[in-house]
Amino acid sequence: MVIDTYPPDTSRFIKGQKDPFANPVGNTTFEGLQTLFDALFDDMNREAIVSSLDPIIRIRAIQDFTPSKAISFIFSLKKIIREIANKEFPDDQVADELFLMDSKIDNLGMIGFDIYMECREKLYEIKSNEFRNRTYSAFERAGLLKQDCC
Amino acid sequence: MNKNYMFSLIAVIVLFLIAYFGVETAGLHVLFGIVIPYLAALIFIVGFVYRVRDWAYSPVPFRIPSTCGQQASLPWIRQATYDNPSSNGGVIVRMILEVLFFRSLFRNMRFELKGGKKLSYIWEKWLWLFALAFHWAFLVVVIRHLRFFAEPVPFWVQFLEYLDGFVRVEFLSDVLQVGLPGVFMSGLVLLVAVIFLFLRRVFISQVNYISLASDYFPLFLIMGIAISGILMRYFIKVDIVGVKEFTMGLATFSPSIPEGVGVIFYVHLLFVSVLLVYFPFSKLMHLGGVFLSPTRNLANNSRAKRHINPWNYPVHVHTYEEYEDEFREKMIEAGLPVEKESN
Amino acid sequence: MADDLAKPEELLENSGYKRPATGWMDTPIDIRPGMYCYASNPKSVEYVGLPNPRQWNPLEDDWKLPENWQEIVHKGIKERLEKFRSFKIFMDVCVRCGACADKCHFFIGTGDPKNMPVLRAELLRSVYRNDFTTAGKIFKSLAGARPLTLDVLKEWWYYFFQCTECRRCSVFCPYGIDTAEITIIGRELLNLLGLNIDWIATPVANCYRTGNHLGIQPHAFKDMLEFFVEDIEDITGINVEPSYNKKGADILFITPSGDVFADPGTYTCMGYMILFKYLKDKYGFDITWSTYASEGGNFGFFTSHETMKRLNSKMYAEAKRLGVKWILGGECGHMWRVINQYMETMNGPADFLEEPVSPITGTKFENAKSTKMVHIAEFVADLIKHDKLELDPSRNDNQIVTFHDSCNPARGMGMLEEPRYVIKNVCNNFYEMPANTIRENTFCCGSGAGLNAGENMELRMCGGMPRANAVKYVHEKHGVNMLACVCAIDRAVFPALMEYWVPEVDVTGMSELVANALIMPGEKDRDTDLRGEPLPGKEDE
Repeated sequence: MVIDTYPPDTSRFIKGQKDPFANPVGNTTFEGLQTLFDALFDDMNREAIVSSLDPIIRIRAIQDFTPSKAISFIFSLKKIIREIANKEFPDDQVADELFLMDSKIDNLGMIGFDIYMECREKLYEIKSNEFRNRTYSAFERAGLLKQDCC
Repeated sequence: MNKNYMFSLIAVIVLFLIAYFGVETAGLHVLFGIVIPYLAALIFIVGFVYRVRDWAYSPVPFRIPSTCGQQASLPWIRQATYDNPSSNGGVIVRMILEVLFFRSLFRNMRFELKGGKKLSYIWEKWLWLFALAFHWAFLVVVIRHLRFFAEPVPFWVQFLEYLDGFVRVEFLSDVLQVGLPGVFMSGLVLLVAVIFLFLRRVFISQVNYISLASDYFPLFLIMGIAISGILMRYFIKVDIVGVKEFTMGLATFSPSIPEGVGVIFYVHLLFVSVLLVYFPFSKLMHLGGVFLSPTRNLANNSRAKRHINPWNYPVHVHTYEEYEDEFREKMIEAGLPVEKESN
Repeated sequence: MADDLAKPEELLENSGYKRPATGWMDTPIDIRPGMYCYASNPKSVEYVGLPNPRQWNPLEDDWKLPENWQEIVHKGIKERLEKFRSFKIFMDVCVRCGACADKCHFFIGTGDPKNMPVLRAELLRSVYRNDFTTAGKIFKSLAGARPLTLDVLKEWWYYFFQCTECRRCSVFCPYGIDTAEITIIGRELLNLLGLNIDWIATPVANCYRTGNHLGIQPHAFKDMLEFFVEDIEDITGINVEPSYNKKGADILFITPSGDVFADPGTYTCMGYMILFKYLKDKYGFDITWSTYASEGGNFGFFTSHETMKRLNSKMYAEAKRLGVKWILGGECGHMWRVINQYMETMNGPADFLEEPVSPITGTKFENAKSTKMVHIAEFVADLIKHDKLELDPSRNDNQIVTFHDSCNPARGMGMLEEPRYVIKNVCNNFYEMPANTIRENTFCCGSGAGLNAGENMELRMCGGMPRANAVKYVHEKHGVNMLACVCAIDRAVFPALMEYWVPEVDVTGMSELVANALIMPGEKDRDTDLRGEPLPGKEDE
């Protein structure tokens, strides 16, 4: 599902290549999802959720995704869980649990939004500070900028 | 996507029909048996030589080998003598490994985290393996076919056949199999490998996405050649004596059309002819190109021995004098040495 | 229930694969902010006399091209086919086997199929087939041919400036097809129409005029080094005052200006100065810095062969003017590709120089005997091997180091062991990254070949992701906190990359680590390293 949000041709690569170094996107997504599932069925510890969602969203925040697309994969969990629940428990006594699960996933979505924003802010911070960090700070240390500014 | 391989498949089927009806219905034995093969051989030879000459005569302005290992530098640092050759000997070994064993494809490896966090690496070797199988099998098949163009058959062709055949007459019942050919591995390997190469173009998405009709066409054509050859050899028996008579006729430039050689032979012959014609105009020229690739066939020694660019030409530069003229005062003020004290 | 569901494998595997809606030729170009660099400033283009200087914006429809631009490109391709066997063969022999496809850091990071090296080359190859091959003229798109339209041109610009010329794909190609070579030619063609990026064009103009990419004038260059002298004196108690433009010095030293003007390269620069002072005091080593040839890097390499030659000419010209014996080169990536594979061919023969011999160890640098330029890692490795440096590696004990092979020294030269040997001798904690991410398989920083601008930060983060991922691995496994490299662009761009992906890891150059460990005659008891961070065991003082 997450992988399917990539162009089909890429998604094949992401799914196919198991090497964590040749394929960081697939590997990171895979590992993140693994821990995410654990958290989902566990106590929804915010820290655990952030540490599983962050690597996935960190990648998507710089790739060609709109913000909504970048975190939409979280909400597609609902569909997956329903499909499996319908298969496993056709007698529909799971409505309550599903409701609980939905609200957990909504919660994930909000955390995901926080992470996405944090990544984008980090990116803009890097963008705006890089030149300064690199060059101006060297010049400033050298006292070469003093006469030019202020 | 589909368009690309459908077009190629249809093209090969049309070729089959042309040969089939051309011989069977229209009786154009001379056209398909003599004219087209001669023409194809001529186009192949002239085209191939032209292309290789064209490459060989184009300049190599810079020495740009891809260095795939440690350079030759200090005497106590071990050089990767053939992955980063500094001498012609190293280059020759590198080229042999490249041309005969597809060294670069062999590099295709990947790492895997197995189970827990244990790191292990495996070769991503399928492409290498099948590509190697395909090319070697093709070579063996070509050499085996020399038996049709030489009388007596050279001993090394016979020896190769001996190695290649794995079910030979002597192992079979005298009564039933006398005179039957053994099974040649090369033909089967060729067919299996070419099918693999085709399937990976269909099923591996990245490869599918980059594949053109001109990638599928030679695969289908070679499949056609292999299938028609195998059919002739094991299933639809053709008159081998007649075929040899015919091919010897071609080889000695006294062609004649033998009686009773089945139409399948003409199909095979047309496929081969088309492949020969197609060859110099296509990517199949990688056969020649691989020897001339400047990133592989040059030694990485341009710091030890000057490489000459035949078309090197003078360019505009910003000279020190121009530089000093612009900044002289500032340089003097900063205590930097100058050539002239004032403008 | 939980056990049945918690299977991310299923999530990955059951997600049926759909065919792309359009083939690559029919997928229109979409120039996305964050992925491209700003267009070149006309003043810079004009200063070096390159074609079609004008203000233009890639996001606008009109790129203000010359009227006969198709003809210019056609002629440009023709001319280059006649001049470069590499170009001709690489246009002809690709079989599209796909071995290169997933080797490109930009493809891995962006997932954009046109970043597969084979497709990047096909962008140009398709036009070549259309204009120059029989099959292409007859069979058109079936043979992979297409005419050069404005959209195709825009695609070239977009994707040839999404390639860092790192040559990783070329290592895996069975015919050695080098996308760097294709990108170089592609950019040459684009430059014929004035389609460059400013992050390349302006450094080129600066370098041409002032000798370095930042346009720093000679007095300011000296001021900067003088400042390092003061800083070093504070830390070590030694005055390392260098010499400038000194005629008759034994050796000329050239390093990228990034080392002089940009953190953390500045610490590497301080490292050179400390080393040279040490050698001068102990062995009478006589080296000089030039303000005229104050740039080792060569952004001309990212413009055209001719521009590369024009900028590179300063090195030999200055060596000749100063009458030195040979040239020592600092830590830089593409600078060394140019020196190793282009310099003497372009601007030689260097017959006015002597075959390089280390004045300290007597070692003859046989591998550089014609070009007469030696890499500082080769030079220092030789010194250490001969036990000529007094080192205290424990001073680097706070650093847990890994080494990033820069693309050009790795795949355009093969300098793999020398820097490792040096680093292992000056640091006690060294760990390699996984084998398919180093040496000839090294992953690019994602910002080379002139793409280290700010506006294309998303591209840089994508392209650097495979490298960062490997750094993250050794960070988590071995606690690595320092990424060492021998390239000024690496030093300039890795801090940003690390900040996004592995914020705990800092960036350094080889020579900085050497200088930290080097015990200078008469130095005071050092409390801090070159960055002012307390040395191990001195944290409390």
